Amino acid sequence: MSVLVYTENWNGKFKKLSFELASYASRLAEMLNMDPIAVSIGQVDRDELEKLAGYGIKKMIAIENDALKQFDTQTYTKVIADIASRESAKLLVLANNNAGKSLAPRLSVRLKAAVASGVGQLPEKLSPFVIKKRVFSGNALAGLELRTETKIITLAQNSFDLIEKPADMVIEKAEADLAGIAPKTSIKDVQIQTGKLLLSDAEIVVSGGRGMKSPDNWGPIEELAGLLNGATACSRPVSDEGWRPHEEHTGQTGKIIAPNLYFAIGISGATQHLAGISASKYIVAINNDKDAPIFEAAQYGIVGDATKVLPKLVEALRKAKSA
Amino acid sequence: MNILVCISQVPDTTTKVKFTDNNTRLDTTGIQWVINPWDELSLTRALELKDDASSGVAKVSVALVGPVSTEPTIRKALAIGADDAYRVDTEALDAYQVAAQLAEVVKAGSFDIILCGIESSDYNGSNVGGMLAEFLNYPSVSGISNLDVKDGQVQVSREIDGGKEMIALPTPFVGIVQKGIAKEPRIAAMRGIMMARKKPIQIVESAPVEPLSQTLAFEPPQPRPACNFIDPDNPEQLITLLQNEAKVI
Ligand SMILES: Cc1cc2nc3c(=O)[nH]c(=O)nc-3n(C[C@H](O)[C@H](O)[C@H](O)COP(=O)(O)OP(=O)(O)OC[C@H]3O[C@@H](n4cnc5c(N)ncnc54)[C@H](O)[C@@H]3O)c2cc1C
Repeated sequence: MSVLVYTENWNGKFKKLSFELASYASRLAEMLNMDPIAVSIGQVDRDELEKLAGYGIKKMIAIENDALKQFDTQTYTKVIADIASRESAKLLVLANNNAGKSLAPRLSVRLKAAVASGVGQLPEKLSPFVIKKRVFSGNALAGLELRTETKIITLAQNSFDLIEKPADMVIEKAEADLAGIAPKTSIKDVQIQTGKLLLSDAEIVVSGGRGMKSPDNWGPIEELAGLLNGATACSRPVSDEGWRPHEEHTGQTGKIIAPNLYFAIGISGATQHLAGISASKYIVAINNDKDAPIFEAAQYGIVGDATKVLPKLVEALRKAKSA
Repeated sequence: MNILVCISQVPDTTTKVKFTDNNTRLDTTGIQWVINPWDELSLTRALELKDDASSGVAKVSVALVGPVSTEPTIRKALAIGADDAYRVDTEALDAYQVAAQLAEVVKAGSFDIILCGIESSDYNGSNVGGMLAEFLNYPSVSGISNLDVKDGQVQVSREIDGGKEMIALPTPFVGIVQKGIAKEPRIAAMRGIMMARKKPIQIVESAPVEPLSQTLAFEPPQPRPACNFIDPDNPEQLITLLQNEAKVI
């Protein structure tokens, strides 16, 4: 029996979350006395595949069908469900991101497996199987019992530390059997806009609110994000005003993200905003109002005018980087 | 072409959630119930399409799985502009059981586009839409931020690493919706509220489906440590802390 991880890559390199998933699955497999195995779909070099051996994975099933270049949820569901059956997977672990949210529910019905989504820790109990997940947009945790023999977990990003644990890993190159399942969706066009990972997968996010006063003041936010190799985001009024694209809107009604580091600059910290970002590992707030609620969520804060503080911070970071 | 929007009711987004019965149940006293924000946006987009004659969308229905106490939320959706509604008369227990009930509504009706929100703001499951699609064996696209229908041809778009992807797909399908699908949620006007009273809500008997999971208890999240304030004239200190204490840059 096995714990099966669905890994993700971008341009042939594993995303950091794939290593988090592997670390999590290895620990889980240890608890359950099962084998941690992983599946990779897409063009990934052997050297890159080998990296997962460093996180305890015993077997890597690498699938490279051309037909799977397009992420069609029905096709992917079939491929992963087939592997799960073949490998007697009792637990499937995916990321709680766009891909995971597309696949986990379909796999759930296909395999009749209960799902716990947005999980940040290992199960509390194995029988019955009880695991905690975030609910009410981060305002509470729920202990959830999964009652099926096969179970699915989607792991919240940056919630589980990487655990290095070298293993002897076999790589099995496989062709998926796609007979009789032509994808029904077809991609008409792709627009490359940011050239970056999805905001929801970014490790560092620099976000601006109405306190930035004008879209003309976004220069230092972009600079800061650039220096940190992070993504930019914003509060809802900022995207409503058209200062920034709506893809950047984080919060209850926008993106729900959990980066390692979130900068909230000129953002008051309304509950609806916090609902989208409170799972961030570290929050830095810059705000001229020392009583702004964002400081209750932040570990580090600077009280001051963002338009003055930010350029200084960017300068200091530039210096620190070149030192 | 007919659209079905699956809606759930959730506590108003400013609610300070509290629990009762040994922290096993949400304390609903004083809670204002609203349509889940993403479902409200889906409904808005569905109605925009219906208003546009070239789309070919003729009718917009809503479906909700819940007891009679959820009817005010359904009336709200009707007041906003939905033509009719289905309420599956049972407590919503988990995503699997809810999706199974919705699948029965879809099978019994004639819908070309089914819209669900990317998640509900209470249980944050992100599961109902995808499960529904799998129960029906329909294609689905998750996280769509755009939905266009021209003469019955459907195109959706979703964000991907690096940018955006435009996808064509045949009906029937399930679209799982995130922000961007509509700008502002539509609100009910007086006329809509009056008309909603006469619109039909069909009560559907629930199918015998067991949930796969159960919430045992709730607890508050870990409190965050107090904020460490840094002198605005000394941003170097923040960088040092992020490098050496938090170790995130
Ligand atoms: C149903 C519903 C859903 C919502 N969903 C979301 C959501 O998903 N995401 C979201 O963000 N909001 C959401 N909101 C809106 C939310 O309630 C807040 O109104 C919004 O988050 C405020 O954005 P803000 O912090 O940028 O602006 P403001 O509240 O205007 O705050 C600006 C902040 O900047 C500070 N400031 C001003 N000038 C400066 C300066 N020079 N330097 C430094 N700081 C300065 C101020 O002190 C203030 O704290 C929602 C609201 C509702 C009702």
